[in-house]
Amino acid sequence: MNCTDSRSRLHAYLDQELDLPSVLAIDEHLASCDACKKTFAQQFALQSGVRKHAMYYTAPGTLTERIRGAISRTVTETSANSVKPHWQWPLFQRFQLGAAVAATALVSWIVAIQYNTPSEAEFLAEQVIASHARSTLTTHLADVSTSDEHTVKPWLSSKLDFSPPVTDLTGAGFPLVGGRLDYLDNRPVAALVYGHRQHVINLFVWPDRRSGRSLPMESLSKHGYNVLHWINGGMAFWAISDLNATEMRAFAEAYTGAK
Amino acid sequence: MDERARVRRFEELFVTHLDAAYDYAHWLTRDDRNAEDVVQEACLRAFKFLDSFHGEGGRAWLLAIVRNTYYTWVKKNRAEALSVSFDEETMMANGCELADLESVGSSIDQVLQQQDARRLVNSALDQLPEEFREVIVLRELEDMSYKEIAVIAKIPLGTVMSRLARARKLLLQHLQRAQQESRP
Repeated sequence: MNCTDSRSRLHAYLDQELDLPSVLAIDEHLASCDACKKTFAQQFALQSGVRKHAMYYTAPGTLTERIRGAISRTVTETSANSVKPHWQWPLFQRFQLGAAVAATALVSWIVAIQYNTPSEAEFLAEQVIASHARSTLTTHLADVSTSDEHTVKPWLSSKLDFSPPVTDLTGAGFPLVGGRLDYLDNRPVAALVYGHRQHVINLFVWPDRRSGRSLPMESLSKHGYNVLHWINGGMAFWAISDLNATEMRAFAEAYTGAK
Repeated sequence: MDERARVRRFEELFVTHLDAAYDYAHWLTRDDRNAEDVVQEACLRAFKFLDSFHGEGGRAWLLAIVRNTYYTWVKKNRAEALSVSFDEETMMANGCELADLESVGSSIDQVLQQQDARRLVNSALDQLPEEFREVIVLRELEDMSYKEIAVIAKIPLGTVMSRLARARKLLLQHLQRAQQESRP
């Protein structure tokens, strides 16, 4: 590969849109060409600079309500013209309250062996997605908001009957945002909140119900969320966010590696 | 699909991707209120055309609707302020006139480590012509693939790549100019 070839693929390389042989060919070229290396480095710096500094405008909470209102008016108008309008209003109200729960209705995931029944894991995955969605919808992301693991851990331990492993992962690009109590698998659990760019990661931790088993990392992708689940050292871990699968892996590896 | 299923399906989609829709709309309109109006209108459209959504790529599907809504909104609300249709060729010519920036080397690192890097980056993005700003926002902030950007912006894949390349070049130029100006 020469410089013209490598530079013509600079952006595709940067954006991870190339196949593996092309990536390897470029890597090989960069190892021996200082000029190209410099150009690529500059573009990397720009890309990470933009990702780090560009404003990410999050929708104000009032907008959610405005849109629900507008949609429900549409539904009501439609129902006014239809024969059996009676169910629509109360139903929509229920969806307003249970939006996140409804969002998980289609989750299907089978971890056949590790659980008593497939539906148990499925049901848990639904709960995890719903909890995550709820936490990002409301302002209640963390009960204790600090990146200081030595504050988060004792706080959670004081409220729970176990002590979750808490580590700040700022060094790996996943700063600890805080901790929260949540309720999953019929028990209070620890929710560790991490950030990555403008995304939120919830890591739910609680003691596994059956002692002595461990489960290698499983992944699930549903409705724009990526979920990772593993069991280790008697603890069940569920990590979820709308980050892509690669970034979620990186997060999980940073977390499991840091302990 | 009955109305109940539609509402549920819409909730699922909209709750998941509302922030992405708002962020994209904000970078297009560059205004809080207008972004809200565009997103609300886009969501109503999405609800109306929900049957055309086949379950995969919900975010790209919604962002494409946001974009359409935005252009309709532009026509209706600021026809007088509509910027002159942007000519990529002119832009390229301008780009070539400027000093060859690659020779400035790694100074981009210095710019990005400055205290006001945040302001500089956002102002550089703000000043990008719309066509270039949107591909950067879709790529870097929304993490869309080339294919998804092509669908959202209704442009061929090749154009996605050339716009991204051009957008990044313009960003570099802007940041490096800012760096030069800040020197005593």
